[in-house]
Parts: sequence; C-alpha cells; structure tokens
Amino acid sequence: MARIDLVDLAHSYGGNDAPEESFALKPVTMTWRRGGAYALLGPSGCGKTTLLNLISGIVTPSRGKILFDGVDITTQSTRERNIAQVFQFPVIYDTMTVGQNLAFPLKNRGLPKAAIDARVAEIAALLDLTPYLSRKAERLTADAKQKISLGRGLVRSDVAAVLFDEPLTVIDPELKWQLRSKLKALHRDLDLTMIYVTHDQTEALTFADTVVVMHDGRVVQSGTPADLFDRPAHTFVGYFIGSPGMNIVPAEVKGRQARIDGHTIALERSYDRLPAGAKIEVGVRPEFVQIAAPAPNLLAANIERIDDLGRARFAHVRVGDTRFSAKVPQGFSVPGNSAGLVFDPSRVHIYADSLLVEGEA
Amino acid sequence: MDKTVNQKAWFLVLPVFLVVAFSAILPLMTVVNYSMQDTFGNNQFFWNGVGWFKELLDPSSDLGERFFASLWRNLFFSFVILAIEVPLGIVVALSMPRQGWSVAACLVILALPLLIPWNVVGTIWQIFGRPDIGLLGYTLNHIGINYNYVSNEFDAWATVIVMDVWHWTSLVALLCYAGLKSIPEAYYQAAQIDGASRWAVFTAIQLPKMKRVLLIAVLLRFMDSFMIYTEPFVVTGGGPGNSTTFISIELVKIALGQFDLGKAAALSLVYNLIIIIVCWVFYTVMTNAGAERRPVKEAV
Repeated sequence: MARIDLVDLAHSYGGNDAPEESFALKPVTMTWRRGGAYALLGPSGCGKTTLLNLISGIVTPSRGKILFDGVDITTQSTRERNIAQVFQFPVIYDTMTVGQNLAFPLKNRGLPKAAIDARVAEIAALLDLTPYLSRKAERLTADAKQKISLGRGLVRSDVAAVLFDEPLTVIDPELKWQLRSKLKALHRDLDLTMIYVTHDQTEALTFADTVVVMHDGRVVQSGTPADLFDRPAHTFVGYFIGSPGMNIVPAEVKGRQARIDGHTIALERSYDRLPAGAKIEVGVRPEFVQIAAPAPNLLAANIERIDDLGRARFAHVRVGDTRFSAKVPQGFSVPGNSAGLVFDPSRVHIYADSLLVEGEA
Repeated sequence: MDKTVNQKAWFLVLPVFLVVAFSAILPLMTVVNYSMQDTFGNNQFFWNGVGWFKELLDPSSDLGERFFASLWRNLFFSFVILAIEVPLGIVVALSMPRQGWSVAACLVILALPLLIPWNVVGTIWQIFGRPDIGLLGYTLNHIGINYNYVSNEFDAWATVIVMDVWHWTSLVALLCYAGLKSIPEAYYQAAQIDGASRWAVFTAIQLPKMKRVLLIAVLLRFMDSFMIYTEPFVVTGGGPGNSTTFISIELVKIALGQFDLGKAAALSLVYNLIIIIVCWVFYTVMTNAGAERRPVKEAV
C-alpha cells in the first residue's frame, strides 16, 4: 500500500514532440492517498486507461514522474513496482486449477507454502471461490474466470496498489451489482489502495471515495461523488454525471442575475468579476428545476415529452432554441404544452469557458 | 417435420459421385482385387484369398520381414523428426519478431523450404552431401569427419533426417507462430504483473495456447513423414543396403521392380489402413480436446 503522487505526468503515443493537444494524457499533477478507493471515470478515449497503464508500468510516460510513497518509480518495470492489475477481459492460466491461479503471484515471489495456502483460502472465501479451488480454471464461465482474475489481483497483501481496468465489462448485470458491492467490502477488509477505471458512472460512484473525471486527456475534476453531483467543476462533469445530465444554457450574467432567453432569474451569489469575452453558461441539474404552470414571472418553456423513470418524472422542454430537462413535481398534471420553470437559486452554477466560477456572497 | 423433397438435387450431387468413383473407389477396388490374386504375367490371374495378407503379417516370411523392417524404420524416422522438429519449431516461433518489417522477412525465409518441390529438395541434398563436390560432404571430410551417405548407414540416416528437418521445421514454426499471435497482449501484461518468469510464461500461457496448433502440426508431420518417399529415394535410393528403405520405397520396389502386384496391393492396403487409423486417433484426440474447453455452466 502506498501513497501515489503524479507529478506533471503526461503521455503521447505519437512521441514527445507531438503537439500537446494530441496527447493521450495531458499533464496532470495529483496525489492519491494510501488506502483510498479511487475511480477514473470518463468516456472511451479520454485517457483513463493510459493513466492506469502509466501507473502499472505497462506504458512509460513521455513526461513527468510517478512517485510511490515519495520514491520515483517512473523508470521501474511493472514487476519492480509491486502493483496488481485486473484487466477488462479475464486472464487465467488454463492449465492450472483455480487455487493454483490464485497462488501464482505469491509463488512467483517465493512465499512459503503455508503463507500462500492461508492467503489463497482467505481470498477464495471472500470471492466465494472456495468450492472451485481444485477445479481446472479453463472450464469455468467468463464470470467465474473474471472472479479468478480479481482474486489474483487481490491476493498479494503487500502491493502498492490494485488497479482495475473496467473489470466488470464481461459480467452479467445481476452479478455486476454483487461484485461491485463485494469490491467495496474487499476494499474495507483488505486495506489496499485501489484504482478503478470505468466509463460507467454508477460503477464509479458506488465504488470510489474519490472519483477522478477525465475528458479528452485531461482530469477535469477529482472529488467525492457528492462533490461531482453538487458542484461540477466543469460543464463536462455536469452532463456526464447524473441521469439526465446537467442543463447547460448560454446566459448573460450580471451581479446576482442571469438572463436566459430574455428572462431574468435570481442567483444566490454575485458574479461581478467574470472574465471578459468568455463564453458564459448557466448550469443547473434537472433535479433542481421544477415544472410549474406558466406564469409571467417564470421562464417560459415548451414541453416536448415526459420520461417516467419510476423514482421521478423528467420533462424534456425547449427554451427558445435550447433543450432543457426539468423535474415534474409529484402529483403535478401538465396542463398543456407550455409551462414555466422554477429554479432553486442555491443550485444554479455559473460557468465561464466551461469552468465553474465561484460567486461572492 | 416437413422436409422438402427435391429429387432434382441428385443431379447436382451426381457429378461428385462420378468423379469420386473414377478417382478413388474404382482404383481402390482394383487394388483390393489384385491383393486377392496372384499373377505370372500374360494377364493370367489366380485366386489367392487372404494369402498375401497372411504372408505380409508373418515376420518369418520374406515379404513380412521386409514389411516389418521398413515399418519400424518408418516409425523410428517419424519419431526422430517429430522429436526434433516440434521443439525446434516452437523455439523458432518464440524467437520470431512480433511486429515490424522483420515479420514479413522472417515469414518469407521460413516459407522458402516449403515451396521447393520434394524432388528438388532431394537433389539439393544429394549434391550438397557428396564428398567430392558437395559443400557439406566436402567440408566434413576436409575437417577430418569421414562422412559418406552412400556407404555409411549412420551418415545416410543423418542426411535424410537433417534434410527433413530443413524442409519441414518451417511448417511447425509457422503454425506455432500463428498460435502465439492469437494470445492477447493482456496475458503477457498480467504475467508480468504476477511476477512470472520467462519459463513460467512459456508453460502457463504460451504452451497451453499453442496446444491445438501443435496437435495439428504433429498430425501433419507424422502423416507426411510416414508416407515419405521422394526425398530419401532421390538421396539414398533406400540404401546403403536396405537401411533407409521406408515402406513407400519398399512398395515401389515390390510393385514396379519385381512386378509382384498381389503382394504390393496387400501391402498398400495395410499401409493405407495404418494411416487412416492414426488419422482417426488424432482426430478423436483433437475433437475431445476441443470439447473440454466448453465452459461448465453451474460453476459461477
């Protein structure tokens, strides 16, 4: 278990001379504390797997340093770094039994047999693999094989970190839930630093204490699931996290007022020092905008359709040229196509060039 | 269940029946016919029943002695070349580059021996090994090794085996290379992370993934070496004495040299039968190996 520091870390598959815009991972500096559960979240091609492979040593960075507990390990091989990694598709050793598969990383490091057996038994019990320990790994289903891969990742107690690269892709949805909560429990029991790469926000938000959201090779926000929901630092975080995503609409902002489509809404904070010439947008989650009967003091909207998600109903509306999602209150029956929108001022955020602007009280 | 009845379909199958009949069944029946008869020329034939087969399988008779001697030679030859070509082919495949222009270069060089007609391979080695003008034979004798494949049994065997290894190791190597290429990169990364040694990577990942192509390689090489005729015939002509006379060479001697059609027919039927049985055994082993791979559903 180790604290991991990334210092100005960047990577380009096109070589170091390539323009920075083309980098798979743009320079990032951050610290991950020991024993934490982190998720790297982002769409395909955002650089999250590159970052993971940099940490595991499969890829050597074009720039920057990686420190484990303050020691520079940038040039060390995967083996020397002492990390464990679980891949997207199950990797099992066909000729071995399940037990031998789990014991393999320990055996390669020359642990005494008694210690190996004890640890294998412990991990197998945690993953419900005990009945299969003496079975050939080759003849199991993809689910079971991926459990073995997970087990091999978790079996070493001295690792600096355990890295997961979308490990639940091949798992059936019902089992996904089980395994996800199992991983969370394993994190508590085994006291390991875990880094989990995924493009599934539910997976990231349920697994991690800290979610690192990536977009186009850049880390756009790193925070707790609540931070990401309540205060997205970037418009991308706003609409990538949450379902439906955050409403982002162009607006003119002056002091404590924002003008959207000719209508003024009140803000809780004052924004007097917005950067000149920046693209100003208002961001508000659909959960904090309510549909109401049309009224002169409300922002007017046209209802296009209503989605019933079971736990809540969301209306898709149009304000001028922009699309908007808003919550339909319990028991509210929609009178016609036109409606008004009620904003919760404390939940309305202002973005300048996609970045969150802090208002003044 | 309703099946569509379409008798016209027979017309589509008929040409195949005709071709197979003329190319395989009729010639085979002729051989079966010969194997039951004796002839003294003039197209006069006498019924001999299973006499030739009895003689063939009785090691104390002249025919049986020749058959078993060449059969053991053949089996020994196949065993030796498999023992050399399979490990060597694996080593070659493992040391081949994985990417870049050198892959294409290696593949072309490896494929070259496979493209040379068997007759030519024999001629190349026949000249290569001659003590008077052959590069190999001359060099060996020059540095003090008394090498002569015409008069020395061991030298003749060594030449035939080295020739076969030169000719066919590429096939095993190419098959193994294809097997290796099909292993996803994640396996190597995982092994690296698990701290596996080079040997452990080979035994735990590469060898199991090559199992199927290796079975095919062994099957192909066994069949080919068991039926070998051209190369040793061109190089040694079966000599010195009978020391490199394999079954096929013996067969040609009996059929065309002595014109003993009955004996030759009996021998070729038994020869054929051995090959079919070995084929069947390999096929069964291979399909069973495939069946084992099917996942067991209850184990989750």
